[in-house]
Amino acid sequence: MLSLLSERIQGIFKKLRSKGRLTPEDVDGALKDIRVALLEADVNFRVVKDLVNRIRERAVGQEILESLTPAQQVVKIVHEELTRLMGGGERGINWAPQPPTVVMMVGLQGSGKTTTAAKLAALWKKQGKRPLLVAADVYRPAAVKQLQVLGEQIGVPVFSWESQDPVEICRRSLEQNLPFPPNPVIIDTAGRLHIDVPLMEELKAIKEEIQPQEILLVVDAMTGQDAVEVAQRFHADLGLTGVVLTKMDGDARGGAALSVLAVTGCPIKFMGTGEKIGNIEIFHPDRLASRILGMGDVLTLIEKAQEHVELEKAKEWHKKIQQRDFTLEDFLEQLKQMKKMGPLEELLHLLPGLGPIKELKGVEVDPKEVVRMEAIIQSMTPEERRNPAIINSSRKKRIAAGSGTRIQDVNRLLRQFEETKKLLQVLTEGKGKKKKMKELPFPWI
Amino acid sequence: MNFFQRLKEGLRKTREEFSRHLEALVGFKREIDEEFTEGLEEALILADVGLPTTQYLMEQLGQQIRARGVRTPAEALAYLKEEVASLLGREVSPLNWAPSPPTVILMVGVNGSGKTTSLGKLAFLLAREGKKVVVAAADTFRAAAIDQLEVWAQRSGAAFIRHQPGADPAAVAFDALQAAKSRGWDVVLVDTAGRLQTKVNLMEELKKIKRVLAKEQEGAPHEVLLVLDATTGQNALSQARLFKEAVEVTGIVLTKLDGTAKGGVVVAIARELELPVKFIGLGEGIEDLQPFYPRDFAEALFTDIRPEGGEKQICSS
Ligand SMILES: Nc1nc2c(ncn2[C@@H]2O[C@H](COP(=O)(O)OP(=O)(O)OP(=O)(O)O)[C@@H](O)[C@H]2O)c(=O)[nH]1
Ligand SMILES: [Mg+2]
Repeated sequence: MLSLLSERIQGIFKKLRSKGRLTPEDVDGALKDIRVALLEADVNFRVVKDLVNRIRERAVGQEILESLTPAQQVVKIVHEELTRLMGGGERGINWAPQPPTVVMMVGLQGSGKTTTAAKLAALWKKQGKRPLLVAADVYRPAAVKQLQVLGEQIGVPVFSWESQDPVEICRRSLEQNLPFPPNPVIIDTAGRLHIDVPLMEELKAIKEEIQPQEILLVVDAMTGQDAVEVAQRFHADLGLTGVVLTKMDGDARGGAALSVLAVTGCPIKFMGTGEKIGNIEIFHPDRLASRILGMGDVLTLIEKAQEHVELEKAKEWHKKIQQRDFTLEDFLEQLKQMKKMGPLEELLHLLPGLGPIKELKGVEVDPKEVVRMEAIIQSMTPEERRNPAIINSSRKKRIAAGSGTRIQDVNRLLRQFEETKKLLQVLTEGKGKKKKMKELPFPWI
Repeated sequence: MNFFQRLKEGLRKTREEFSRHLEALVGFKREIDEEFTEGLEEALILADVGLPTTQYLMEQLGQQIRARGVRTPAEALAYLKEEVASLLGREVSPLNWAPSPPTVILMVGVNGSGKTTSLGKLAFLLAREGKKVVVAAADTFRAAAIDQLEVWAQRSGAAFIRHQPGADPAAVAFDALQAAKSRGWDVVLVDTAGRLQTKVNLMEELKKIKRVLAKEQEGAPHEVLLVLDATTGQNALSQARLFKEAVEVTGIVLTKLDGTAKGGVVVAIARELELPVKFIGLGEGIEDLQPFYPRDFAEALFTDIRPEGGEKQICSS
């Protein structure tokens, strides 16, 4: 453990030195393997071809990081590129200015629409909203019943209507006069083939009728080459606003996501990660990029090397601390770094010229804790993140509900943030022997 | 134009282009050149055959070309179709019947692949042949799964055995088998909950169902059918491998071939795991289940058949 850490620390202090530039041969060699990896991950043939060409253009001539081989450097570029591609677009929900926000779930048979509809309802309910589920699948046997059972489980009302016409069902669901108007309204439509003209027309009619803010295409992570065909047709007919990737808890590499993205340009908004109602996550582009590339070992290596690069980030933070500009977002970023690096105390011990620092004794970050903190910070408004002083008790309540935590958790986080900020100021302003740390390029304290 | 627009443009006509492209290549090309073989390779990959099996097929073709067994593009295409059909076993793979009834058939697969629907269609098919069929609702997990299956049992006129939601699936299967034995019914069809092949405890549950059936009757289950969605890509290999390891799958039902997906991954599965495809699903109607004809499938792999064009069936029967 210690030797690994010291290796890392040395890595961090090593200067970013260039080992030359990528030649066309370097790039072509590496891209062969990458092409294989992408095809095995089910990224569409044409998408792979285009991506590979694009990356070739970008990569030739780039500098190679000190600790990487040219091939690894190319993998790094590809990984960045995939992350960037998948991370684009507005990934939040387009909430209607006038409630209710209407969200329509569409997709092929068996892709996971019904389960996802219920998961989203549960998620939004937890955030203090009042969702309504609408059972508009009149075709599959017991589809309505399935949604009703799920609705019951999560305590969300389900609208159904004795009608064979989904358009009518959807219209009526919005016409109800309820004491507490529902928001959002989530429509579960029947699974259908993208080439089934009458059924695609039906979806268009529903869209016309209810004017949804969101039309989410539910895509099975296991989908193969046909994903482009499917996504293209749904997008052309309906104008999708986002994608949900399901069944990500299996061992599918999920390359279909890239294909879907390539043909629709729609952001991936959520990920289904299990059969339980709580198994829905916000989409993480970097994780999926790693998964699609599948080159675990190489990526770990690259990540290590990447730590050099984070020197730049550290300097930025240093400046922020001195200008007392250190925000909750920076704090979160640091926590994540710490999770990666291991216990802080051990780490600092390895630094030359530094004795034990009493303030940091026992400071260690539990990965689960980081996830919780992340949720809390993400539930804050940008204003709150910049200026936590405005977080009063009603705001705390909202933040706790939004992140599925308790008020105590929010309080603790705010306290920890204040303490960290104070500590950082002491350290950077420098008193006594701690003066040595003035230039401390450390992101993770 | 940005990346997406460019790509979209390029992809727009992929399908149409590609089969026309192949036809054109075969029709107009006198010689097998790189453009032609690349076209074939692309066809196989776009059909989800997967890289290793595609490369294997292309190597076989290469050898033929070098040995002058194959000279023209038309011959090359015919050769590949023949190779694919031979990997898939050429002939129809019939159901394995118990020496004395009842024959027990267990349907397994990942979530949403089409197990319940295929079971319903199969019940109908067998009932039409005059068999007495009982259906066991051993998916006690998914919401309303039992009700869904009950509708199918009614549609096909099969007997129906159910327990409460959440009950032990093995117990449901056991009851159905016992009922069939005591009443002299011919076939027991067991629906199971969808599960991802990597979930160890759920795979254990499946093994238990199988054990209970085997203990109650010699040789049962006589068929373990893995229901595979034709839209699935290379993950189908992992599904086939892990389900086979857990419950000795005897055959595949390839569903949703009425879409645009080709289901080519079954070629890779046949090559690596020697699992035959027994049936294909071609729609949501009760009659949309057909035996699998390897030659027709191989033919369809290289052709673009669309329902709009009036060509719905991939198999001629
Ligand atoms: N177009 C088409 N749809 C199919 C086919 N087979 C099944 N489906 C549809 O796919 C969806 C899922 O089918 P199910 O039979 O419920 O799948 P399952 O494997 O039992 O699903 P779980 O039990 O939830 O894991 C339903 O909407 C079916 O109507 C087929 O061959 N073609
Ligand atoms: Mg089922």
